[in-house]
Amino acid sequence: MNLKNFKIDLSNKNKDLIPQILTILFLVLVIIYFTINAQDNMGNRGISFGFGFLSQESSFDITFSLIDYDGSHSYARAFLVGLLNTILVSSIGIFFATLLGVTVGIGRLSQNYLIAKSAEWYVEIFRNIPLILQIFFWYFAALRALPLTVDSINFYDISFLNVKGWYVPKFIWTNFSIFFYSIILATISIIFFSRYARKQRDEFGKQLPTFYVSLGLLVGLPLLTFLIGGVSLSFQIPELEQLSTTVYVYKGGVSIIPELISLALALSMYTATFIAENVRAGILGVNKGQKEAAASIGLTKAQILKLVVMPQALRIIIPPTTNQYLNLTKNSSLAAAIAYPDIVLVFAGTALMQTGRAIEIISITMLTYLSLSLSISVFMNWYNKKIAIKEK
Amino acid sequence: MIKSIKTWILVVLASSLLVACGQGGGGSGSKKSKTLDNTKKAGFVKCGVSQGLPGFSNADESGNWTGIDVDVCRAVAAAVLGDADKVKYTPLSAKERFTALTSGEIDVLARNTTWTLSRDADIGLTFVGVNFYDGQGFMVRKNSGINSVNDFRDGISACTNTGTTTELNMRDFFNSKNIKYEPIAFEKADEVVQAYDAGRCDTYTTDKSGLAAQRTKLSAPDDHKVLPETISKEPLGPVVRQGDSVWEDIVRWSLNAMIEAEEYGVNSSNASSLKDSDNPAIKRLVGAEGELGAAFGLDNEWSLRIIEQVGNYGESYKKHIADTNILPNRGPNELWTKGGILYVPPAR
Repeated sequence: MNLKNFKIDLSNKNKDLIPQILTILFLVLVIIYFTINAQDNMGNRGISFGFGFLSQESSFDITFSLIDYDGSHSYARAFLVGLLNTILVSSIGIFFATLLGVTVGIGRLSQNYLIAKSAEWYVEIFRNIPLILQIFFWYFAALRALPLTVDSINFYDISFLNVKGWYVPKFIWTNFSIFFYSIILATISIIFFSRYARKQRDEFGKQLPTFYVSLGLLVGLPLLTFLIGGVSLSFQIPELEQLSTTVYVYKGGVSIIPELISLALALSMYTATFIAENVRAGILGVNKGQKEAAASIGLTKAQILKLVVMPQALRIIIPPTTNQYLNLTKNSSLAAAIAYPDIVLVFAGTALMQTGRAIEIISITMLTYLSLSLSISVFMNWYNKKIAIKEK
Repeated sequence: MIKSIKTWILVVLASSLLVACGQGGGGSGSKKSKTLDNTKKAGFVKCGVSQGLPGFSNADESGNWTGIDVDVCRAVAAAVLGDADKVKYTPLSAKERFTALTSGEIDVLARNTTWTLSRDADIGLTFVGVNFYDGQGFMVRKNSGINSVNDFRDGISACTNTGTTTELNMRDFFNSKNIKYEPIAFEKADEVVQAYDAGRCDTYTTDKSGLAAQRTKLSAPDDHKVLPETISKEPLGPVVRQGDSVWEDIVRWSLNAMIEAEEYGVNSSNASSLKDSDNPAIKRLVGAEGELGAAFGLDNEWSLRIIEQVGNYGESYKKHIADTNILPNRGPNELWTKGGILYVPPAR
């Protein structure tokens, strides 16, 4: 070997690299140590490791499921039910938290004393009470306040609210796929039209009524399928049935369980306070000169907010709001306390108990939350990049 | 890029740490009795109990645990350490209990746990006996017009606990009757009681002893009743880790000694005076004959201490279950000589 040419290059790049490699090496060793330790201990105690249990029959039922499920399905299917329920409540939560958060955030900056103060009170109260208490509050307060099935609150004889849930009519479609494709078609047309409209505006200064055309497309196209596409829709209205002297139940229709309602409510009310603060910070972060300049060229207040302030504020709002979305998703695991069958209750709860496979099930559950969170992160980072200032 | 790799490594490390921690603690081998040695060294028995089930394991305001499950822990402490009070109680949820035992956080699990094949065979546990024969039942409102399980109809909603055999029995039962039902499963018993009380569900199902105990927590206990049918067998008993047969024997015979003591009329007040009894079975129980304790590394008065400090099974039942009005009637939990099914192998 020619040692003359063998020289350790201590340029800056390598100086940085060596500690990093050492760190990674150390971490790998730690992981190996813990894995061996766990294997050892499991071996000593006669615990086997494996994922074969996932295909076994679960033999427990779940209150509420988006897909077809009962106890004769597998644990893997039960996992999927839990996962979908987690995604459902998180999506509902994120939707309403954003809606409420933006409204309250703008409200806090309102000139109107009453609006500004109520928004402030709302934020201060709801962000300072632990979430689990709020969930219990909404759930048990709602359960105590709602009437029994037989005295349900009646909405125009088609929808009923009682302690067992909110019963709404079930949609019964014929040719649903045609209707569905028409909506996709409408969405695509809208995207193309708005691009065309923007081009017209940029090149010829012509303002096209984008909003009305979009609305027309979105309503008109699906409506057409009813007239000529053979699509029809009927409703199955929930009906009260007596099971015994004082036990009643609504059958037919769709039942939205109180656990879902109260969990979604608590999650969105709580998270909305943080989003509201982000929105307020974002709006305040936009230079005053921008608003004054916009006002001086004659834009209305709504136009200023929509065209000048918000696009700039969003850059400040999005990153911390991503955190809130992640928090909301993870917080949805508190569902177990009020019997909403999310992944923690169904999989890391009942399934774990029935099979005793703690390590396998907890690892799967952790990986699932990790993937959920990372997907939200990736999406929000993409969106953030899209609206970021593009330097030319 | 480096930054995101670092994040990933951190995430992986954190998860593996969590996984490892679940298994890392404690330690007990398979040869001799490491558990017994560790217990003697520590000076207390590590016992897993419920988070509060009156009659079985329940803590009062000053943190003293009582109940028939607690008495099993106390019996083991009396036998091994000579003092029934030398127990460290760990309240566990249904979900945590087995992991706590297999990981070595506790050495005895006395937490109204149903003995089933899969639990016994599959997850590194050994059931040592039965200290309460229970069965699952249903509680309904008195005015509901439901007088038997045959009055249940499609659409009935049933509240229960997660992580118990109850959930499985409920499904088996409703399936066999071909009834569609709405299962609502909570993590903690207190929430089940509240939800049932508020009318969220039409019936509350769990072990009958549990129903009797939880009924007292309802806003109007007298408006509710337990249906006569029992839909499952729930033999509840103490559990130990697999692989330490000496420790397993100690726990098994501590429980058996209490039951046998009742059978021979030996109780906490007369035990020491029975040392010169004519009956050899009694003499063995109070340590006046034979060398029974040596078999698992204890002295000869291990069972005498149990009877003196904890009492026999009948005393324990009367104090915690009957006198507290949970289940005044012993039913199957009566001795075999008196029409029940309590029957233990002879201590000889």
